[in-house]
Amino acid sequence: MTGTAVQSGTAVEFRGIRRSFGATHALDGLDLQLKPGELLALLGPSGCGKTTALRLLAGFDSPTAGEILIGGKDVTGVPAAKRDTGMVFQAYSLFPTMTAAENVAFGLRMRKVGAAERARRAAELLELVGLGARGAAYPHQLSGGQQQRVALARALAVQPSVLLLDEPLSALDARVRVQLRDEIRRVQLAEGITTLFVTHDQSEALAVADRVAVLNAGRLEQVDVPQIVYAHPATPFVAEFVGVMNTVPVADGRITPGAAEQAQIRPEALRIGAQEGISGTVLTSTFLGAVTRLVVTTEVGELTVDAVSHPNLPGIGDTTTVGVAA
Amino acid sequence: MGAQVRGRRWRVVVLGLAAVYFVVPLLSSLEFSLRKPGGGYGVANYLAIATDPVLLEALTVSLEIAVITAVLVLVLVVPTAVWVRLRLPSVAGLLETATILPIVVPPVVMAAGIAFVQANLNTPLFNALFSSPISALTPFYVVLAVPFAYRAVDNGLAAVPLRTLVEAARNLGAGLPTALLRVVLPAIRSAVLGSAFLTLALVLGEVVIARILLYTNTFPVAVVVVGQSQAGVSVALTLASLVLTWLLLLLVSFAGGRRRVS
Repeated sequence: MTGTAVQSGTAVEFRGIRRSFGATHALDGLDLQLKPGELLALLGPSGCGKTTALRLLAGFDSPTAGEILIGGKDVTGVPAAKRDTGMVFQAYSLFPTMTAAENVAFGLRMRKVGAAERARRAAELLELVGLGARGAAYPHQLSGGQQQRVALARALAVQPSVLLLDEPLSALDARVRVQLRDEIRRVQLAEGITTLFVTHDQSEALAVADRVAVLNAGRLEQVDVPQIVYAHPATPFVAEFVGVMNTVPVADGRITPGAAEQAQIRPEALRIGAQEGISGTVLTSTFLGAVTRLVVTTEVGELTVDAVSHPNLPGIGDTTTVGVAA
Repeated sequence: MGAQVRGRRWRVVVLGLAAVYFVVPLLSSLEFSLRKPGGGYGVANYLAIATDPVLLEALTVSLEIAVITAVLVLVLVVPTAVWVRLRLPSVAGLLETATILPIVVPPVVMAAGIAFVQANLNTPLFNALFSSPISALTPFYVVLAVPFAYRAVDNGLAAVPLRTLVEAARNLGAGLPTALLRVVLPAIRSAVLGSAFLTLALVLGEVVIARILLYTNTFPVAVVVVGQSQAGVSVALTLASLVLTWLLLLLVSFAGGRRRVS
């Protein structure tokens, strides 16, 4: 889902952030800026430091070195309760003894907003996330997706400068995940709120973000719009982590065994049955719906090819050719 | 199928025997407590409890000690257990071992030790402390109740996503004390009530320390003393205590089962 963010949010900046646990550097000199109103996905494998970065921004942890700025103001030493951020956790973060409406109103209560205004605002936000009729329900009476919607409404209720999303979709099933992902993006665009979305799921990051920041072993590998990160990965790590990448020897734009030049080609940029291709044997064939993913063993190694699903595609053990799509 | 039927029959037999084991003594006690000295049945023994000023005073003293002990135990245990889980998980094992000590050290040893202190330290503070059963016995009962209360509260905390709940509350503007009072405490309410109930039950049944320190005006000691001269009243008292305990347990279960807080 794409969209244009309302440029009304607050800028966020990580400036030379380092967070060490003994000899281990969870973050090693992170410099990252979030533009006002943009949704930036912080993408990386487990243990890369993305959640540490989010927790530092939320105020749950302190950096070993560096500064964090929200709206140009240094908030490095500001406690979590005074950071003006709203956070949606992975799961199970709703207060179990409060109703959905009470959960949403909790932050307003902490800000001493009157009961009538709290109730009005909670109802409004539950309506925004499509749960207007479930205000009286307790968390255990809601599905996982509904609970995360309430958590989103609760985070937005205090009108924070920055919205923090800590893998909020990871505990949900595939269909609900896509629905809620689009919902989050719709709400984020409507509110124009600067958002940091931490995820290890590259498809989620590419689908929802204005920009994607890829993190590896505490260091930033690349920050750019999803299309550029996917099509022009800055490092071999990004190429491998964001989607599947084939590294093949090429000469004159064709796969050529022994050629000195190495090219990185996505599976959808290769073609099965190409006349000027290299021959090989189909090792695996995975039907993914509109496309079928084939892994073909060739003289230059195993190549992953995404072909439009068709009954005449070669099967496992069949001999075929693989070439670069025109 | 045959094995299932046999298993079910065995369950019925075992449960039946267990019921007989518990119910027969209770019914026998009830029957005994209702006997009248000249023959026949009546509620004279129960009326004697309600009208005996010594027993009523002992019950009042014990309930006061129980409530103060329960409050002190919870004030000590809940923040400690939360703090250890949130900030010092590495010392959880050490703390658990430390809280077992009051169970390992028999109450009689503790009481003998404090009796020595009581006899030899003639300071105004100690004299004030030992001047009433409430101020003298409450610290002991706090120590005795901590192992049970700590386990109950810690189990309650293990059952909720504590860190996430506290961080969510803090993120929404709550300080740590507010997060504990408004979010964590309601979430572990049944564990907290359970530990309070265990403390009440412990205080309402503790005889050894009170007797060694010569505080005879607590309810459990009064039950023992009455039992030496009035067997019928003593049994009636025991049954009444049992009913009171069950009522408290029911209250805890009812309160713990409710989801709504405010």
